[in-house]
Amino acid sequence: MRRLSWLVPTFYILFLMLPIYWLLNMSFKTTNEILGTFTLWPQDFTLDNYRTIFTDPTWYTGYINSLIYVTMNTVLSVCVALPAAYAFSRYRFLGDKHLFFWLLTNRMAPPAVFALPFFQLYSAVGLFDTHIAVALAHTLFNIPLAVWILEGFMSGVPKELDETAYIDGHSFWSFFLKIFVPTIAAGIGVAAFFCFMFSWVELLLAKTLTAVDAKPIAATMTRTASTSGYELGLLAAAGSLTIVPGAFVIYFVRNYIAKGFALGRV
Amino acid sequence: MTLELKNVGLRFGAETHIFPTDLKLEDGSFNILLGTTLAGKTTLMKLMAGLEKPTSGEVWFAGKNVTGVSVRRRNVSMVYQQFINYPNLSVYENIASPLKVGGTPDIIIKQRVSTMAELLKLTPMLDRRPSELSGGQQQRTALARALVKDADLVLLDEPLANLDFKLREELRDELPKLFADRDCIVVYATTEPTEALLFGGNTACLFEGRISQFGPTGDLYRKPRDIISAEVFSDPPMNAAGIEKKGNTFHLGTKARWDAAGELSGLADGTYTLGIRPHHVSPVSRGEQPVAVDGRVIVAELSGSESVIHFNMDGSTWVSQSHGIHPFEVGSQARLYADMSKAMIFDGNGRRVSA
Repeated sequence: MRRLSWLVPTFYILFLMLPIYWLLNMSFKTTNEILGTFTLWPQDFTLDNYRTIFTDPTWYTGYINSLIYVTMNTVLSVCVALPAAYAFSRYRFLGDKHLFFWLLTNRMAPPAVFALPFFQLYSAVGLFDTHIAVALAHTLFNIPLAVWILEGFMSGVPKELDETAYIDGHSFWSFFLKIFVPTIAAGIGVAAFFCFMFSWVELLLAKTLTAVDAKPIAATMTRTASTSGYELGLLAAAGSLTIVPGAFVIYFVRNYIAKGFALGRV
Repeated sequence: MTLELKNVGLRFGAETHIFPTDLKLEDGSFNILLGTTLAGKTTLMKLMAGLEKPTSGEVWFAGKNVTGVSVRRRNVSMVYQQFINYPNLSVYENIASPLKVGGTPDIIIKQRVSTMAELLKLTPMLDRRPSELSGGQQQRTALARALVKDADLVLLDEPLANLDFKLREELRDELPKLFADRDCIVVYATTEPTEALLFGGNTACLFEGRISQFGPTGDLYRKPRDIISAEVFSDPPMNAAGIEKKGNTFHLGTKARWDAAGELSGLADGTYTLGIRPHHVSPVSRGEQPVAVDGRVIVAELSGSESVIHFNMDGSTWVSQSHGIHPFEVGSQARLYADMSKAMIFDGNGRRVSA
């Protein structure tokens, strides 16, 4: 029994890694090989797919667009959520608990519900097909999440820290920026990560609210597939590249991720 | 430079946290706030500091009304029971923080921080983060930060409560020395009567948001004004029982009786409450006026050189605390002796009636 105990985790990990491996595998093949034969690894190893993506502006601008609105959204969400979370964690006011809960209900509707109103509204005010349009649309989901995560982290800091700072003579902003924000840096990292990930994988709103100038990479992928036939190798390479930013960001918050899933409450 | 609370009270809606309180703390004095948890010690300190605004009354400092003045504009420092330091700053920066905000030149900051660190044995840790320190060192850092600026009012809210026994003893010895040549008002909150007695100074007994008595610590211990102050200032809890005075004799239960001596002989006949501290109840007959009391033993704790016996006497639980090892069988009937010359007698309103 003991000698076989490695079997289950190994199979599980293989099972998890298989789709990712297959994506990578395809990205190094030619489309002919993918469609023609079944091979476990590339027979005809090629980097052409990646070369195309990094040289053809219709491809790489997709990544740039996505990164722009995702970054905008992350910065915006965290900056707005910080003071809100502080208020929820430190002050009692009329209806605070209801308001706090109501924030989270925003996440309970599927994004598709908001696609039509956003599309109509942004077209009317001339925000259609801009990066800020997508960034703003995503804050609807990300600010509540960031407020919840940050509130959890902030409530873990004793109120006496605030008082000590005031006793020492710090003004509110001096305390907040120089002492409080560094104290909950891990929480800010986690909140930023969750905002980043949501905005990065969200497809429907991003596609609906853009046409050319702010077209996200995911939209580029579907459109290319329909115009020039099935360029599966190219698509696989693009797909592989979309994993990279997430993996990169997750590395920085790897120690705090679990606390983030618990919305900062442990 | 005195701190004066004039009728200061604090309520939240229908809940009263601090009942209107008058208190005058003199310049250079060491004051102790003695009370159980939830008695309102921390709240009262926050009112003194200006962290909390009173809902009634005024706070006066050095002849000025400072009731609405923010804590930032008052020269106050405070140490909490929890170890509160800035986690992202080094120990050096933590201690320097109040001076830096106050705009003190760097050279003077350096000088004063190193003097303070030397005094509190923090010199080797100056470059570390608070999280890398032991509990005692963290609290020393908080103390250093509170002492590095010349605050007019230093508030210490149970600073030793979260430390282990040895460290507590050590810091307790050091504390009075730190304040010996300083010109400030110190307020020290504690739940332990022994700690108050060790520090001396003045003590205010706090019970459920009310100061029951304020005065020199020794006086308060020996001559509490009422039963509440006597109970707050007793650990283990004071023994109490209803007694009756008939003629010149006190009656406790059916058997115990003793003569009223001195001032007590002038007391009118009637029912009173007797209060006697555990260390005046002993298994051996001693003192000026030992009176035998009988009871069933509930708990007998023998610790090193001391015996603590809890026994049930006519329905109420009494505690005897005495030197020496006095083994008692749990459940057995025991005879102990209460030195009634040390007893306190309280009238129906809980006021103490005599010496």
